Amino acid sequence: MIDFALGHYAYWFTMILMVIGLYGMMFKKNLIKKVVSLAIFQSAIILFFVAVASKWDATVPVKSDLLPVEQVSNYLNPLPHTLMLTAIVVGVATLGVAFTFLIAIYNRYHTLDEQELLDKMN
Amino acid sequence: MNKRFQSPIVLLGARFLSPYIFMFGLYVIFHGHYSPGGGFQGGALLAAAILLVRVAGGEKIGQLQLIEKLTTPIGVIGVIIYFGTGLSAILAGGNFLDYGVLPFPGVVEPAWSRYIGLLIIEVGIGAAVMAILVMIYDNMIKGEDYD
Amino acid sequence: MVYAATDLPNRADNNSAMHAEISPNGGPVIGNYFIQNAYKDAKTPNIVTVILGDYRGIDTFGEQLVIFTAGLVGILVLRKSKKLKK
Repeated sequence: MIDFALGHYAYWFTMILMVIGLYGMMFKKNLIKKVVSLAIFQSAIILFFVAVASKWDATVPVKSDLLPVEQVSNYLNPLPHTLMLTAIVVGVATLGVAFTFLIAIYNRYHTLDEQELLDKMN
Repeated sequence: MNKRFQSPIVLLGARFLSPYIFMFGLYVIFHGHYSPGGGFQGGALLAAAILLVRVAGGEKIGQLQLIEKLTTPIGVIGVIIYFGTGLSAILAGGNFLDYGVLPFPGVVEPAWSRYIGLLIIEVGIGAAVMAILVMIYDNMIKGEDYD
Repeated sequence: MVYAATDLPNRADNNSAMHAEISPNGGPVIGNYFIQNAYKDAKTPNIVTVILGDYRGIDTFGEQLVIFTAGLVGILVLRKSKKLKK
């Protein structure tokens, strides 16, 4: 049990971060706080994937002459790193679009509170 | 929001730091083959260098470094560099984005041809990311002054 | 989520399935294939760059189109609202 808890310690932290993001997305009233919670949620998933990619006694996936590439335990798994690089950039794009829409909403309704927004729309 | 004030010290610090950040961004792009780095990271650093002056200096001074009308063409050029590299690989007789068949002068081995192809698309990615981050910021500033 | 974590390997376990040399169906594991062949294929020491630009080049192209579309959305949404105000 102790072994299980300690062996998975990186996953517990990403879990906490993910729950914080979910809480913010569901219970906060301000739309900007919702978007920030979305970013927190996303970084939790990114950290999870990067934590999965790690190995003991391994270095970053940049080939050096001292460590032969034939022995794969010298290098971290490069595939999750690449996928998360993609995910970070797509996350930046979604954040940009989300804030753009928030600015457009604020220009029109002069509020970002969810309840006030629903009242003004009707 | 209407109250705009400028501090000369902040502006001086931003103007001092910005060229170094820009240079480091170029280093990250072009040295991305040998160290952690690449087009996306370097492009974000270049955008940070430009946005620093834009945030510190306001509308007039921020336009001096990269005027606003130029951001969209740079972004389009970045995408076209990437797409053109892929398309020229088709024209050279390979698959889309297969850099091994590109006929670079003085290169015989396909592996080194891939090396140069990777460098070209990294430059394209960097230009596109820089221009588009600056473009999003500019549009946000423009859309913000509502009253 | 704790129940899901019971199926995961320990952090940085060198013997887990995704870091193993041979996958369960007998083929090579893709991450190890990249580590072993990236420098041979593209003469570039940075393995992540090779995967991003060469092996998964079309994916990266789509990603660049995504950020380009994000910039276009910014123009289309915010520029028009300014013109309507005038």
